Amino acid sequence: MADAHALPSLFPLLPELILAIAAIAFLMIGAFDKEDVTPTISVLTIVAMLGCAAVLGFMPTDRTTFEGAFVLDAFARYMKILTLIAAAVTVAMTMGYARHQAFSRFEYPVILLLATVGMMLMISADDTIALYLGLELQSLAIYVAVSINRDSVRSTEAGLKYFVLGALSSGMLLYGISLIYGFTGSTQFAGIAAAIGAEGVGLGIVFGIVFVLAGLAFKVSAVPFHMWTPDVYEGAPSPVTAFMASAPKIAAMALFVRVVSDAFEPAMIQWQQIVIFLSIASMLLGAFAAIGQTNIKRLMAYSSIGHVGYALIGIAAGTEQGILGVVVYMTIYLVMTLGSFACILSMRRADEGMVEDIADLSGLIRTKPWMAVAFTALLFSLAGIPPLVGFWGKLYVFLAAVEADLLPLAVIGALSSAVAAFYYLRIIKVMMFDEPKDRFEPMAAELRVVLAVASGFTVFFFLVWTPILSAALTAAKSLLL
Amino acid sequence: MSDWPLLTILIFLPLVGVAYILLVRDNDDTAVENIRRVALVTTVFNFILSLGLWIWFDPSDPGFQFVEKRDWIPGLVSYHLGVDGISMLFVILTTFLMPFCILASWKSVTDRVREYMVAFLVLETLMIGVFCALDIVIFYIFFEGGLIPMFLIIGAWGGPRRIYATFKFFLYTLTGSLLMLIAIIAMYWQAGTTSIPELMNYQFPTDMQMWLWFAFFASFAVKMPMWPVHTWLPDAHVEAPTAGSVLLAGIMLKMGGYGFLRFSLPMFPDASADLAWLVFSLSAIAVVVTSMTALVQQDMKKLIAYSSVAHMGFVTMGIFAMNVQGIQGSIYLMLSHGIVSAALFLCVGVVYDRTHTRDIAAYGGLVQRMPWYATAFMVFTMANVGLPGTSGFVGEFLTLVGTYKTSTLAAVVATTGVILSAAYALFLYRRVVFGPLEKESMRRMLDLSLREKFIMVPLIVLTIVFGVYPNPVLSVTDASVNALVGSVAEATGGPKGPAIDASEFAMVSGSSTDAVERGLEAAGMTPAGGGHGESGHGETGHAEEASDDHAAPADNHGEPDAASEQTPASE
Repeated sequence: MADAHALPSLFPLLPELILAIAAIAFLMIGAFDKEDVTPTISVLTIVAMLGCAAVLGFMPTDRTTFEGAFVLDAFARYMKILTLIAAAVTVAMTMGYARHQAFSRFEYPVILLLATVGMMLMISADDTIALYLGLELQSLAIYVAVSINRDSVRSTEAGLKYFVLGALSSGMLLYGISLIYGFTGSTQFAGIAAAIGAEGVGLGIVFGIVFVLAGLAFKVSAVPFHMWTPDVYEGAPSPVTAFMASAPKIAAMALFVRVVSDAFEPAMIQWQQIVIFLSIASMLLGAFAAIGQTNIKRLMAYSSIGHVGYALIGIAAGTEQGILGVVVYMTIYLVMTLGSFACILSMRRADEGMVEDIADLSGLIRTKPWMAVAFTALLFSLAGIPPLVGFWGKLYVFLAAVEADLLPLAVIGALSSAVAAFYYLRIIKVMMFDEPKDRFEPMAAELRVVLAVASGFTVFFFLVWTPILSAALTAAKSLLL
Repeated sequence: MSDWPLLTILIFLPLVGVAYILLVRDNDDTAVENIRRVALVTTVFNFILSLGLWIWFDPSDPGFQFVEKRDWIPGLVSYHLGVDGISMLFVILTTFLMPFCILASWKSVTDRVREYMVAFLVLETLMIGVFCALDIVIFYIFFEGGLIPMFLIIGAWGGPRRIYATFKFFLYTLTGSLLMLIAIIAMYWQAGTTSIPELMNYQFPTDMQMWLWFAFFASFAVKMPMWPVHTWLPDAHVEAPTAGSVLLAGIMLKMGGYGFLRFSLPMFPDASADLAWLVFSLSAIAVVVTSMTALVQQDMKKLIAYSSVAHMGFVTMGIFAMNVQGIQGSIYLMLSHGIVSAALFLCVGVVYDRTHTRDIAAYGGLVQRMPWYATAFMVFTMANVGLPGTSGFVGEFLTLVGTYKTSTLAAVVATTGVILSAAYALFLYRRVVFGPLEKESMRRMLDLSLREKFIMVPLIVLTIVFGVYPNPVLSVTDASVNALVGSVAEATGGPKGPAIDASEFAMVSGSSTDAVERGLEAAGMTPAGGGHGESGHGETGHAEEASDDHAAPADNHGEPDAASEQTPASE
């Protein structure tokens, strides 16, 4: 209490500070420079994000600051690096899109930068207030990003939908937080856990847990809080969709893991049921609802719902193996998603502009063989077929489920992944077996690089697998200390 | 020699060919011809290398040989390879059939040859991997990874209904396999290892064995395929290009049987014994029902596909008879069927390339224009029927002998299948080859080209050689099968005392080749003596399958002369 008025140590916060200052600086550059500086700002944003990822890699872990509200452990470090990479890649993927689609707004990279700061705060939050602040910073930035194409009805509609539903979920989350605070007298995760451990799980706490988890489920778009996902994914400009499908999912999942394993750890019996339900419902809906889709972005939305369901299996297990499963799954999911969106962003014809129908991929193997092969590898990987990397993600979460005696969960997961395989195969079928349509325009260089790296990883992951796995294991262990 | 990671080389050599094919840049005729040649050379070279397995294989050792082990993911998966008497011949069968697949596609596939050859070579890698894997996760990866190239092969180069067929194939097999994956994970947590030799020695609790057995059964029964989950097979076979059908029938179906032998029997012996009745019932139904279905088919490939299902019924019966004759017979039948059904699909491919129809009614009187073809087709038809003197007979006979000892009823029902198989096979042969030459399109048919003769002759030679002289195969499988039967008998013959009577195994103690030969002699077949002289190891009945290091078999015996197709044809 003596140093209550002293400035807390800012060192663990260094990457966030760099990014926040960079965001303001870029905003100034954009606002005061007469010329179109969007490409410059985009490059600077990417440099800032990757620079922060590199800085994070060297930062010591197990530090807390702001009286324990902010924690930087190995888990936070791993997930932040993942988020930063995802954000940087999506900013890079936007550059080509911006050139062709007259999508040149300097605010865009800045907004993504701010969203990223919010996500990093979420990942490090060890306190419900910090959690909420991070979550809202991220959400507000993304509401704007979704409707950034302000001349497009679809984009603004998607932004509005997302905003209304997002506000509702934030309200639920906040309500849950206040209930938890009321019944435990603490906003800190450790304090909440201690209070629940000491007094047992009362009805008020159960209500609090339900509301908090509902709010978080909305952010990770788990069923039944997924309704916004397909509409927003479809309506948002494709680069924004790519962003939404990657970085915020990682951050929200990290937050989810930390909340249930830190704050609600003694109430595992209560939240486990909820998470199991979310997981099963997401896997099944993700598998079945995607079958009828014709728009590839909607399909990716349902696919992401399904994948969240698989990652939730790891959370439901609630063990070290389970958290390892989540971390590994999200890593793999990130690579596959970014690669797939690199393909989706390359679906551009000279006459029609950007196209989004699955049928537009028809016969891609004849017009653009490398793109078709790479996308096929990614899709098989998304379906979880060995020897591709997507299989390993499923293996790890199933390992966790069986270890935790959640055998039915694993079986439902396995069967729904067979169903899900159908719609991935359908895209492959269109690309590989159908008659070709008109050629797409040449891919932008940055999309080529992203696609090559992502599909290369899905096939040759084993070359870099051991270090990734040991980093993921360190991350998972740090959370349960 | 033992320093060479022979299995790794065998598995990954096709990928070297893939890399080379991808480097060929142009798409003109020379480039395409080069691609074909590279694929052929790669597969032939791989086959020659694989013969090294047979040469250096120590048939008296029931454990795993050519073992390679490297740590990969600590505590979970290690890169662990090895073959024993059960798996070794499947590796060779795979490498043996691959050059024929490439040759068979030489003229018939002209579209996207590069992708086609890449898919086949990748498939070869995955198929060999299945039979070599000694880590259950590695096994699963190879087992299921094979779906990807096969999906593309059927879907891209198949017949008119190829999309339906390839989706059905993929989703059927995937669903079965995923249940097996869950079972594999459960076994890992129970036993703490993914190493197949260690799992074979691990005693799973009986109730757990039951559901693990069913999970594996779901996968292997679909792959095999067993009635009633066989319906993907006729579709996939019919729509696949000739070479795809060859590999489906020749190798991929065998993965199911291999899986039963490698996992279900040694790891869940109690469950296998308790549930043998289920397998017998399904197999007996399969043999009769699918044989009768084959009888009424109008499509040549579909007929052969149904006949494959029927033959696989014999295989599953033999496996779950759980005695030496049954298992030896089922391995023999799988190998024989691998050659014979592959050859039959190649035969269909020959006429399909000329007429582009598989409709039986469109043919007739081929013997007048295509005497060579008629001869080749006849040999394989007879082998498919199981005529004594062909390789099909030995396998079918041994499985029936084995089954008879365990379940007389199943054997009796299955034997009617033999009669039915003669009916549908000869009926097919009569309609296609004999009869008047009245159809206009048939008059212009040319007989086998040199390339096609080159494909047919080795297959004919092998069919007949293995029909009259089964010893090279039986002596290789002998020790491992004995050990397998011994360990199953030991596990099930305990106080739990289920279906199999331990006393039955006393009958087959001693060298199992002796037992097998007694059976064969009873049938009037006298496998030339000698050759099994060094198999004085019958007492190693339940030697541990699982020793870690049999990697250095002495350069011995030279007895199973690997280059058996150099043996002059006995016609």
